[in-house]
Amino acid sequence: MNARIIAFLCLLLPSLALAQGFAGLGTKADDFALPEQGYQFEFPKDHGPHNDFRIEWWYVTANLTAKDGTPYGIQWTLFRNALEPVAAEGWGLEQVYMGHAALTTPKAHFATERYARGGTGQAGALASELTAWIDDWALTQNTISAAGPDFAFDLRVDGLGPLVFHGDQGYSVKSAEGQASHYYSAPFMKVDGTLQLPSGEVEVSGTAWLDREWSSQPLASDQTGWDWFSLSFDGGEKLMGFVLRGETDYTQATWINADGSTESLGIGAFQATPLEWSETSGPEVPTRWAVMLPQKGVDIVVEALNPDAWLPLSIPYWEGPVSVSGSKSGRGYLEMTGY
Amino acid sequence: MIRAVFSALLSHWLKSPLQALALLGGLALATALWSGVQAINAEARQSYARAAATVSEGDYAQIRGALTLSDFVALRRAGVLVSPIIEGRLNGVRIIGVDVLTSPTLTAFPTENLGEIEGPAFYGTAEALALVDLAPDIGKVTVEGAAPNTVYADISLVADLLDRGTEIDRLILLKDQPVGAASPEKLGYKVTPAQAGTDLAKLTDSFHLNLTAFGLLSFAVGIFIVHSAIGLAFEQRKPMIRTLRAVGVPLQTLIGLMVTELVGLATVAGGIGVFLGYLVAAALLPDVAATLRGLYGASIEGTLSLSPIWWLGGVVVSIVGALIASLGVFLKLWQMPLLAAAQARNWQTNGPLRRFRLGAVILCACLGLGILLFGKGLVAGFVLLGALLIGAALLLPSVLALVLSLGQRTASGVLTQWFWADTRQQASGLSLALSALLLAMAANVGVATMVSSFRVTFVQFLDQRLAPELYIYAETEDEAESIERFVEPLVDVVLPLVYQDTVVSGVPTEIYGAKNHSTYPDNWRLIEASQDPWGQVAGGSVLVNEQFARRTDQWTGAEIEIEGRTFTVAGVYGDYGNPVGQIVMTQTVFSEVYPDNRALRFGLRVDPDKVQDVSDALRDFGLSDDQIINQAAIKSLSKGIFEQTFVVTDALNILTLAVAGFAILMSLLTLATMRLPQLAPIWALGLTRKRLARFEILRALIFALITSAAAIPLGLVLAWVLLAVVNVEAFGWKLPLYFFPLDYLKLVIEALIAAVIASLIPAMRLGKTSPSQMLKVFANER
Repeated sequence: MNARIIAFLCLLLPSLALAQGFAGLGTKADDFALPEQGYQFEFPKDHGPHNDFRIEWWYVTANLTAKDGTPYGIQWTLFRNALEPVAAEGWGLEQVYMGHAALTTPKAHFATERYARGGTGQAGALASELTAWIDDWALTQNTISAAGPDFAFDLRVDGLGPLVFHGDQGYSVKSAEGQASHYYSAPFMKVDGTLQLPSGEVEVSGTAWLDREWSSQPLASDQTGWDWFSLSFDGGEKLMGFVLRGETDYTQATWINADGSTESLGIGAFQATPLEWSETSGPEVPTRWAVMLPQKGVDIVVEALNPDAWLPLSIPYWEGPVSVSGSKSGRGYLEMTGY
Repeated sequence: MIRAVFSALLSHWLKSPLQALALLGGLALATALWSGVQAINAEARQSYARAAATVSEGDYAQIRGALTLSDFVALRRAGVLVSPIIEGRLNGVRIIGVDVLTSPTLTAFPTENLGEIEGPAFYGTAEALALVDLAPDIGKVTVEGAAPNTVYADISLVADLLDRGTEIDRLILLKDQPVGAASPEKLGYKVTPAQAGTDLAKLTDSFHLNLTAFGLLSFAVGIFIVHSAIGLAFEQRKPMIRTLRAVGVPLQTLIGLMVTELVGLATVAGGIGVFLGYLVAAALLPDVAATLRGLYGASIEGTLSLSPIWWLGGVVVSIVGALIASLGVFLKLWQMPLLAAAQARNWQTNGPLRRFRLGAVILCACLGLGILLFGKGLVAGFVLLGALLIGAALLLPSVLALVLSLGQRTASGVLTQWFWADTRQQASGLSLALSALLLAMAANVGVATMVSSFRVTFVQFLDQRLAPELYIYAETEDEAESIERFVEPLVDVVLPLVYQDTVVSGVPTEIYGAKNHSTYPDNWRLIEASQDPWGQVAGGSVLVNEQFARRTDQWTGAEIEIEGRTFTVAGVYGDYGNPVGQIVMTQTVFSEVYPDNRALRFGLRVDPDKVQDVSDALRDFGLSDDQIINQAAIKSLSKGIFEQTFVVTDALNILTLAVAGFAILMSLLTLATMRLPQLAPIWALGLTRKRLARFEILRALIFALITSAAAIPLGLVLAWVLLAVVNVEAFGWKLPLYFFPLDYLKLVIEALIAAVIASLIPAMRLGKTSPSQMLKVFANER
């Protein structure tokens, strides 16, 4: 999911005076660390921030169900962007954090964002256990919570479950030119808790999927956007797959068995084709997809729960829960950028 | 067939171009003023919306005191969205540090050319940036039009520059707090509410309601014209309609064609009207902009950007107006027997209309009385105005009839008796036009009285309140202390102006600490007071302004609680132009209630001859020009703003009057064409055409005079409603009513001149009517 780097690079540009700080980024690239093949992950340390890398995120999506069967989805994301490859202190702008939170119902979609600098303690993450926060929003081994002006969620987490490493043992290549990131996930988190909607509180339960990724390299210059799928099938298997759209599309996927063991599938094995486009609060985007992974007998249709899951934030994109039907059934999350 | 019928119907307008002109002109004028006002309102509202996006710090509630970074983080971690600000001074330049990541006011920063600069930068005008010795490796961005003498930057840069470490001067509280956020008070922080009176949309509501009321009034006047034109056209076309129906044209077809014709005419008139409206709006907008800036500090752009909806809306309004104005005619046509005769001179005096009018007057009276007794709010005030005006307009024909019958009773000679009788007979045909004149004149009197009363009160108020000859402003408490020490021996007295924004009895209020000095009792006029109010204030009581007294209904003798202490209200003072509540206590008591609050502003009482010397001395002492303000300068500035303030109202007044004049002209012209059969016998009896023409002019004068006589008291009642009802609702204070007889006289003369001019054309035409035409009347008599 290196593709999200672009989002974060552009992130501050449109609205903030700080934006000019990112303009000179290229000249400082040498100072940042680069992902290495064969890197040995170390926990809990790698749950924490890697300040010498330029970009990093803690990215949670959850498919939830209310007692009456209504499906919901939430997103909790913390991005870290380094202006300098050092830990920040005080008012310093070396490490800037951005949080996105969203809640999707079949009929409505709520999204909000926060910014903070890393040196003040207003936002950050621990190396001693999975704990990341910005303002009052928190992600720990026990809780996922966030609140916006018109919505809030507070979920209990029942253990992280097995960790999954993408690409070559967590070294995930993103383009033919070799751009890459360190990428692991915790796709088996069980959660339950409360959603606060304008219409009242809703008790929900379901599964959450945590993505952790860090890097210093942007995408290849011709890559303009991506479609990223995280799907959980009823049989317990899961699939992470993405299409980076460029002069030639670059696709990668990880097949995750029910016991957490993984198979990295080769470049191009994963195919996703738009079937139907929808109007949103932003641009028109494909909200119904044909997804194929012949090696695993996957021939499915992925459809958005709410076609208008557009996040009208500093960097706008589409992110929302989906349902799966066809050769396999299940649900998951879809992210689309660059439309 | 339809084509033939349609062309027969249309031929009427070719035969009577005057009626066509009245119809088109009336609708166009009505639409013009209406859509012009709408355009101004829309433009202003858009500007407010834009302004709301680039708000200033004062629009936010704040937390002040000895704060550090850890307070900021503690509040944010508790879910309270706050943003830190530090502020200081270098080389006389104000340096402001904001958190670029959390500040809600950042939209004020420019975003162009950002790519060329590396890292966070300092922002400000070229002059300000040049004055400060800023680190060379940090970018500087020149912002034209930025606040003078001020440099902005991210808090990280400013904290280093001012060597402030992790200190924070204040935290501003964002407006959109998340669901379930803790309250800062519960976390032990004291919140100062946002500077009240910054909600532009709300503040300017009354101004726009005023404009809308004017627009509606003009529209109503225009519809009066249209109504009379359509009614007359209908009566004159009766023979044609009769013939058409007799030859077999179905009633539905006829009505359908007449509606089509009307909609077509209304569309043309609406198009012209919208274009005129655009011109009105474009002409008035710069003055509206100036007024709003002067009155409320609201900045709106002086250029119009209108949406297609607005253009379309104007045409629709014209069509709907025409249909409303013609509803009665179509109903009549529907019920008309096949062979009804034309009744060109009776078309407005029939019984049902009179009964309807009486009912409407009673309804208006009840509505007005009800609002006066139980009404609340600005809209109720304007509904009261509407009921008053419509009721009066409907009552006018009866008043005219009464006065004219009294006139007739005093008449002795045959000629005078005929004159009065003829005048009475004409009154019904002119009553709509005269009602329009009544409304226009009453609005004129009312608004002129309000504006002038406002002006008189405000100027007196400025003279009283701006008593100190000089005002000085210090930047810091240390500077304030040294200035006070320096200036004390140079002047008669130094009056510290110390105040605190807070909330008292649920109302945003400024608390002032006033020094015990004769300046206050000498100059402040109380509108309500106990015995020796200033003596009581010296003894620990307080004075409140009218706004506070009205909003909380706490007047003299009431006990109010301020920061947990109880005070007695010793009196109420008029405080014109202030949107928020205000309470005055002595400086001694103030410093007990707010021990940390020190005065940064001072009023200086100086011998007027010495003002220049003292300001020179202060300048030498190191105060900059914007820290010293001359009382005379403020006064002339305030008065200058005020003079500009009601330019728009004046312009609309004149336009409304012009529309009413047009209404009279049109009515007289159309009536004149029907007058011939009435005048021909008088001419045959020996009266010359010239004398007849003079009688016509005299008659118009009498009508205008009676209408003026009714308009002035109505206008004064209107002014009273504006000052004592609408003003109290809009601003929270009542203005004293002053009379301006000379203005009213001028208006009456204007109205008389308008009436004479309007009657001149038909009178001249009558004077030149050839005897053969007069004779034809007897030949053609139906």
